[in-house]
Amino acid sequence: MERSLTHIALFAALVAVLGFVPQIMLATGVPITAQSLGIMLCGTVLGARRGALAVLLFLVLVAVGLPILSGGRGGLGVFASPTVGFLIGFPVAAFVAGLVVERSRAPIGLAAGIGAFLGGVVVLYAFGIPGMALMLDKSLTEAALLITAYLPGDAIKVVLAGLVTQGLARMRPGALLSRP
Amino acid sequence: MLTLTSTVETPLHGVRAGIKLAALCVFTALLFQMQGPVALATAAAGVALVYAAFGMGFAAQGVRLLRPLWPFAVVIGVWHLWTADLAGGAVILLRLFTAVAAATLVTMTTRLSDMIAVIERLAAPLRHAGLPPRRLALAFALVIRFIPVLSDRMRQITAAWRARSPRRPGWRVLLPATLAALDDADHVAEALRARGGVG
Repeated sequence: MERSLTHIALFAALVAVLGFVPQIMLATGVPITAQSLGIMLCGTVLGARRGALAVLLFLVLVAVGLPILSGGRGGLGVFASPTVGFLIGFPVAAFVAGLVVERSRAPIGLAAGIGAFLGGVVVLYAFGIPGMALMLDKSLTEAALLITAYLPGDAIKVVLAGLVTQGLARMRPGALLSRP
Repeated sequence: MLTLTSTVETPLHGVRAGIKLAALCVFTALLFQMQGPVALATAAAGVALVYAAFGMGFAAQGVRLLRPLWPFAVVIGVWHLWTADLAGGAVILLRLFTAVAAATLVTMTTRLSDMIAVIERLAAPLRHAGLPPRRLALAFALVIRFIPVLSDRMRQITAAWRARSPRRPGWRVLLPATLAALDDADHVAEALRARGGVG
């Protein structure tokens, strides 16, 4: 019980801290942050249920007014902004990423990469694009067009999520809650 | 760590958090019903007036918090210039800025502890689903305490990397940082268990 609680809390803190990491500019001029990588890691390291709870805890703390969303954003305002769909998709993304790692028999690094892609990209965009379309009064295709710029960054994060999860599995074999 | 609550005392600081949140819900729902630019401009002016009434310092902080919206304003502006539908663009932007500004107003005038109290009240029924309020409060406290701890750890890892290599650490800090979070979680779990557990 204690282990579940502390892992959920510590990974919520990790997601926040990864948001402080300075943004890297891609060649296309689009900033990428490590925060959504943190979301993927919640799922691939903690598993579906705990991963989703960690992200949910993080979001509650954003809502109550901590400036811990990437770029120092926070408070209730972010839930009325065009990116609200991504925020709603965050816990689901972590859940799916965790589910893939729990269920798959592939080597841990590959399973984590696939999970990070399905959760952190496919599922996340399935929430983010309709959210943006709704908030900016655009069609789904138009909204999708607006965020294609982020895809190269996401590809990098998927690979990193796989590598980090694999590294953790090697260093602390017993600590990966997604693969007990 | 700083919160987004404004240090400028305003009359809204005295209003109960639950009432402000309920009012915000109603206001936002109405905002998304409005279709005409005139109605939306009136609502926007109303929110702007409230900010202005609380003084320059308060309004300046509000403007700073709205800064992440500007890229969207530029995109929508260009888009609607191109499609020659300026009224449509104005409606979208007015609604967006007013909704975010109103929500930010509640955040800026409500203390973190009051906000957390509301969350704990809302989550009280979850006690039957296996989440006692005490455990939730402990989780909040742990996250708030460990954000600066992990942040420091990340700085140390980066400094250690720089001491050894002329190159930038980049993504290489990720693995040790995640490892630190995992290990800290185990240590804190042990410490909690030694003190009687989370109940």
